[in-house]
Amino acid sequence: MNDTPPEDIDLNALNDEELVQQMHDDLYDGLKEEIEEAVHILLKRGWQPYRVLTEALVEGMRIVGIDFRDGILFVPEVLLAANAMKGGMFILRPLLVETGAPRLGKMVIGTVKGDIHDIGKNLVGMMMEGAGFEVIDIGINNPVEDYLAALEEHKPDILGMSALLTTTMPYMKVVIETLKEKGIRDDYIVLVGGAPLNEEFAEAIGADAYCRDAAIAVETAKELINRRHNQMARA
Amino acid sequence: MTASAARTLLIACGALAREVLELIERNGWGGKLQIACLPAELHNFPRKIPAAVRDRIRRARQDGFERIFVLYGDCGTGGLLDAVLEEEGVERIEGPHCYSFFSGNEAFAARGDEDMTSFFLTDFLARHFDKLIWEGFKLDRHKELLPLYFGNYERIVYIAQEPSEDLQRRAEEIAARLNLAYEFRPVGYGDLESTLARAAG
Repeated sequence: MNDTPPEDIDLNALNDEELVQQMHDDLYDGLKEEIEEAVHILLKRGWQPYRVLTEALVEGMRIVGIDFRDGILFVPEVLLAANAMKGGMFILRPLLVETGAPRLGKMVIGTVKGDIHDIGKNLVGMMMEGAGFEVIDIGINNPVEDYLAALEEHKPDILGMSALLTTTMPYMKVVIETLKEKGIRDDYIVLVGGAPLNEEFAEAIGADAYCRDAAIAVETAKELINRRHNQMARA
Repeated sequence: MTASAARTLLIACGALAREVLELIERNGWGGKLQIACLPAELHNFPRKIPAAVRDRIRRARQDGFERIFVLYGDCGTGGLLDAVLEEEGVERIEGPHCYSFFSGNEAFAARGDEDMTSFFLTDFLARHFDKLIWEGFKLDRHKELLPLYFGNYERIVYIAQEPSEDLQRRAEEIAARLNLAYEFRPVGYGDLESTLARAAG
């Protein structure tokens, strides 16, 4: 990603394949207005909103996610890309509802008690929504009671918890232990994430998986939802 | 850097260099403590800290240092720095981060969630905020990112070591720029000084 102004490209002059490729580049460069324009163009050309979402936006963010994982892009670049994707999502969201896009599952996500950091949580929420999950974001600084209330109200498939601080991440264990005490731990797939976490920690607190970044969260959620459906089919 | 048998090598975050040198000078620990710093930019990339510290410990051993002490908190490594230090048999200063040990770990922990919405500046961060945070997070070119980084914060707390008028003015200006309330908290060196005293002893 560079910050030099891009050459002016007439997006209308590109064929579908070129335009989608250009959108991947524009997402990578965090160009929100260009993404919004391209979304409108594809819709005018008769693309289904779900196809625009998956082939142009989600795929573009997947590439951003890989380069973030590989240390080529850093948080500011990912946030700019996410901001561009948000612009596209804003156009697509009502259309996706109208056209009945597939729903893979439902997720409640929130940052744990004592922690106000939500960059990672927001990225995960956006990518999960883009991948076809219904996302209920309960915000920051959530005590266990808030998680329980959201689980009761929304009955999700997945509970996502996020923390940025070494001092707040142990609270995830408090939430999971409470779920166990209430006998509802296995009703949910529990995913955890945040900069100081790792797989060993996730395993130690009894989560189903640690998600290093937003793209991995989506892959993991899909895989665990599929596994759960298969188990239910066999039962 | 060659070792002196009598000296302990302090492997420190670059953000602590000035403060550690000041304490060594002030307490006459120059014959007992020597400092080697890693780049302060690692503050923005905590995943890189454990490996960087491990490499520096091994280099120090090659240079002949027998006594090594690490001046990093956990610093967002989620215990991975401690795992490295355990493998290497090296101790570090107690505390999750420098905001805590500068404030005194007990006092910091006692404040609990009172500081949850505080963004801390030390002398170092007040001095280098523009380079490390403002430019480091691209806020100089993308103001639209400001609410994403700072939207949940309510105040800047300047936990000062040696607060000059210039640093206080800088800290206040940063708070104003971020549209946050400002609190000046002159904590001094907190647990850093007592920890260095032990390392020198």
